[in-house]
Amino acid sequence: MSAVAVDGVWKFYGDYPALRDIRLEAAPGTCLALIGRNGAGKTTLLRIIAGFSRPGRGQVRINGCEPRETATRRQVGFLGHGISVYDELSAMENLTLYGRLYGLADPPRAAREWLERTGLARVANGLVREFSRGMRQRLAVARAFLHEPRVLLLDEPFTALDDKAIAVLSRLLREALASGRTVVMSTHQLREALELASHVALLVRGQLAFHGASTPEMAADPGYVYARYGEG
Amino acid sequence: MRFLRQAGVIAAKDLRAELRTKEAINSSLAFALVILLMFSFAFDPLADTTREISGGLLWIVFAFAGTLVLNRSFARELPNDCLDGLIAAPVSRAALFLGKACASFLLVLGVQLVSLPVFGVFYNVPWTRQFPELLLVLVLGTWGLTVVGTISSALTVNIRLRELMLPMLTYPILFPALLGAMQLTAGLVAGNPIGPDEYGWLKMMVGFDVIYTAVSLALVETILVG
Repeated sequence: MSAVAVDGVWKFYGDYPALRDIRLEAAPGTCLALIGRNGAGKTTLLRIIAGFSRPGRGQVRINGCEPRETATRRQVGFLGHGISVYDELSAMENLTLYGRLYGLADPPRAAREWLERTGLARVANGLVREFSRGMRQRLAVARAFLHEPRVLLLDEPFTALDDKAIAVLSRLLREALASGRTVVMSTHQLREALELASHVALLVRGQLAFHGASTPEMAADPGYVYARYGEG
Repeated sequence: MRFLRQAGVIAAKDLRAELRTKEAINSSLAFALVILLMFSFAFDPLADTTREISGGLLWIVFAFAGTLVLNRSFARELPNDCLDGLIAAPVSRAALFLGKACASFLLVLGVQLVSLPVFGVFYNVPWTRQFPELLLVLVLGTWGLTVVGTISSALTVNIRLRELMLPMLTYPILFPALLGAMQLTAGLVAGNPIGPDEYGWLKMMVGFDVIYTAVSLALVETILVG
């Protein structure tokens, strides 16, 4: 059974089809990189997979279940454009809050562990509004990974990250993949993404132009997939 | 049990965030006190007419001051796309709504309890004489205001004119509960207990709160995620 299955998904904004008949799958333990130019529909597709938005037609399944079901949401970690942490709370308070919402056995312990893993332990009690951009991004990564999700949905996760945060995220994603978790990420940072991705899906104006395994040519030249399957 | 625990987590988070920034509570309290003060200059506090309309005045102030708190209820989730984080979490949307409503209820009730002594002094009314009954009316009226305001806050969270739209949506729906609260409060702040002929208003407020709480809990999933 696929960890993520998208079957004939269409999405309309008014009469305009933002996504047209998207069909793709991600097996457990694989990393699928969703690539495409701005406006290609990557974020729209990722939000539909996460259950934030309903498809106009078609369906999405995560481990065989509807994404909006409570049990499914417990298996999914989502990292969107926003960091989804509260400026007026401390890093520790934010992670403990999400730990409680996800029903973790010991939220403060999980929060401390992830603050340690993302290099934020020394500022655990600092308010997020006082954090630098890189620190905020690392906290967002910790939030997405906190409940050990089976499926990670990441929307341009490398954007605006500093070197340290990129290293932290890449390491965490490698560990997640090694432990059999599934990663679906939209990205413009092809080089970082293709180092991790086992599969690639190219969206061109809402249509799937390519979906298949990542090849050595793609890893060697990030522009290759656009030149070969896209609009150059 | 899990539902109530999740609602409690959301309520505690909202209260903690608000008490740290004091954005909504400061503006709401300042608004309530200034309007009460201005009305006290506009009306003669010794006149009988002023005492008769004092319940109405008080609830007009509470309703306007309350929307300043309620406006922040879901708008608080907009910075950093925090609403996405809550929607992605395995939390019932009804628990999310209930938690936010409880936090707003406590904040609005807090503003009212601070405003009441000021009202008593400026309007020269024996508001403490029937305090338990007055507190019951405050609780019922405030819960109605909070439930309708919180669901309206969810409905308007993504529109630019939400500060304007929230009262436009809230007040017409709230009218029956406000009417009951005004009628009962006018007598209570004058020191008179609720009479048998006023029980109808009390029952109507209870009914309003039950119906709108149930409707809001049923609709919040559709409002938040379509």
